[in-house]
Amino acid sequence: MATLDSSRPAAGALFAGLSLRRWKLIGLAATLATACALPFLVSGYQLLLANQVVVYAIALLGLNILTGYNGQFSLGHGAFYAIGAYTTAILLDKTGIPYWATIPLAGGLCLVAGFLFGLPALRLEGHYLALATFALAIATPQLLKYKRFDFLTGGVQGIVITAPDAPFGLPLRGDQWLYFFCLAWTVLLFVIGWNLLRGRTGRALVAIRDHPIAAATMGIDNALYKSVTFGVSAMYTGIAGALGALLAQFVSPDSFDFFLSVRFLVGIVVGGLASMAGAFFGAIFIEFVPNIADQISKAAPQAIYGAVLIAFIFFMPTGVVGMLRILGARLGRFVAPGPGR
Amino acid sequence: MNAAAAKGAPAPLLDIDGLSVRFGGIVALEDVSFRVESGTICGLIGPNGAGKTTLFNVLSRLYRADRGTILFEGRSLLDQPRHAIAPLGIGRTFQNLALFRTMTVRDNVMIGGHCRARGGFLANALRLPFVGREEHALGARTERLLETLGLSELAEAPVGALSFGTQKRVELARALASAPKLLLLDEPAGGLNHEEVDELRELIRSIRDRLGVTVLLVEHHMNLVMKVSDRVVALDFGRKIAAGTPQEVQSDREVIRAYLGGPL
Repeated sequence: MATLDSSRPAAGALFAGLSLRRWKLIGLAATLATACALPFLVSGYQLLLANQVVVYAIALLGLNILTGYNGQFSLGHGAFYAIGAYTTAILLDKTGIPYWATIPLAGGLCLVAGFLFGLPALRLEGHYLALATFALAIATPQLLKYKRFDFLTGGVQGIVITAPDAPFGLPLRGDQWLYFFCLAWTVLLFVIGWNLLRGRTGRALVAIRDHPIAAATMGIDNALYKSVTFGVSAMYTGIAGALGALLAQFVSPDSFDFFLSVRFLVGIVVGGLASMAGAFFGAIFIEFVPNIADQISKAAPQAIYGAVLIAFIFFMPTGVVGMLRILGARLGRFVAPGPGR
Repeated sequence: MNAAAAKGAPAPLLDIDGLSVRFGGIVALEDVSFRVESGTICGLIGPNGAGKTTLFNVLSRLYRADRGTILFEGRSLLDQPRHAIAPLGIGRTFQNLALFRTMTVRDNVMIGGHCRARGGFLANALRLPFVGREEHALGARTERLLETLGLSELAEAPVGALSFGTQKRVELARALASAPKLLLLDEPAGGLNHEEVDELRELIRSIRDRLGVTVLLVEHHMNLVMKVSDRVVALDFGRKIAAGTPQEVQSDREVIRAYLGGPL
């Protein structure tokens, strides 16, 4: 059982005189500081990529809550991303609702949609749930193209929207403002996620994943928890979709194909299942690796992408976060050898 | 309400009446009736396959009963969904362990207290003040239980990495965290040596005496059952064959035949 021990260092383990908790806080503060400085250091396409990472992190946290923590598979989260994106686009296109108010509306709609989808899907376990969500993923782009909905969705043409400008006369460019707007949502949703996952609800989610029968015996209403979790997960992904629409200034059915759902799944596995930080690493992976692959070989970028993915899975079978945990534990033991167990 | 209660006598904590369970054509329990009085330790014995664990699983609503009634504090258990049993005050352990393997010992025990708190998704997401208070109280109770069961040192260890005997103790702590009125123990002595069985006996007694928890105990370790139980119920092939004090059941001819075999 040595592997289990090393992947989870004791909370009090010291490394360079500071506890692991301290190191995590330092890492978090450094990440936030970097994230806030970024729009003043890079611009244009670079900033767009960074902003997309921030947005994907929300979607990946949503999927990770469902799959990593609660053990429910979804091959269809691209559909909730699409619903969120279209909600914002349609509201901006057809009504006078300000852009910032469309985000919670998109989240609320996806919460309800996810909960309703989760209710019948509860009866499905493992592979079957994956298939049901797969159906959702492939049906959604087609529904968005459906002629009867043309007046709302713009059919195959999609909807073009205009990006917001900085309010209150803030001395920020439009893209800088949008970046901070998305970052604020990400911070808010990560704080909410942290609250959800560390306490009574978070324990219940993991308990259901680890042993559903024992969880029910402990008084956990599995059906309720699983469907609400599906809703919360869809809400996160929907909010990410809504922000993504503002970022792209455009939505069309083909942006939300099945491959998007697969990329989300790749993101949480590469980043680290059941880890909040993993959502960030996963977002960096799914945003940058396809670009890098494209630069390496214009002819076969997918092959490069596949090779990189296999390398990640092979060298980091527990994701980036899992590898960091193992490294942290080894360094901790090397620098400050504690009492052996 | 049964006749005893109507006459003013205290109703038993658990009243099982005419319980039958079948799996396909196999009879797992046939017309089993017995009562467990509040504040007692009741041993449930019988050879392998007698239906002891089946009975536990019916009480936990993991299995469906075909006939009969189960009253807990006068309330019918068989109308309740699975997750409503722990809040009513019935905690249990499992014969072959049913822990949350990736979670730490502490979190496993805290999950046991799930039914004694009420903070849901919204309250937790917003971290409402009462959620913090609940979490704090549960944390303190968990620490006390860990200490009582000698698990404090292992609180941060992932439970999957521990030995069978230790995991059994974690399960017991988890069951106690739900503040049960009735505790169902399924072979708690499994895998323990002589000394540990003696410790377990004292532990079961103190759970009853100090925490006021009624205990229903399934166990193959006859020495333990006979020493610790106030009453013993014996099952064989899904039927109740004897019930009474440990002495009465030990000398019952049916029980001896069931265990040792022999002519009818």
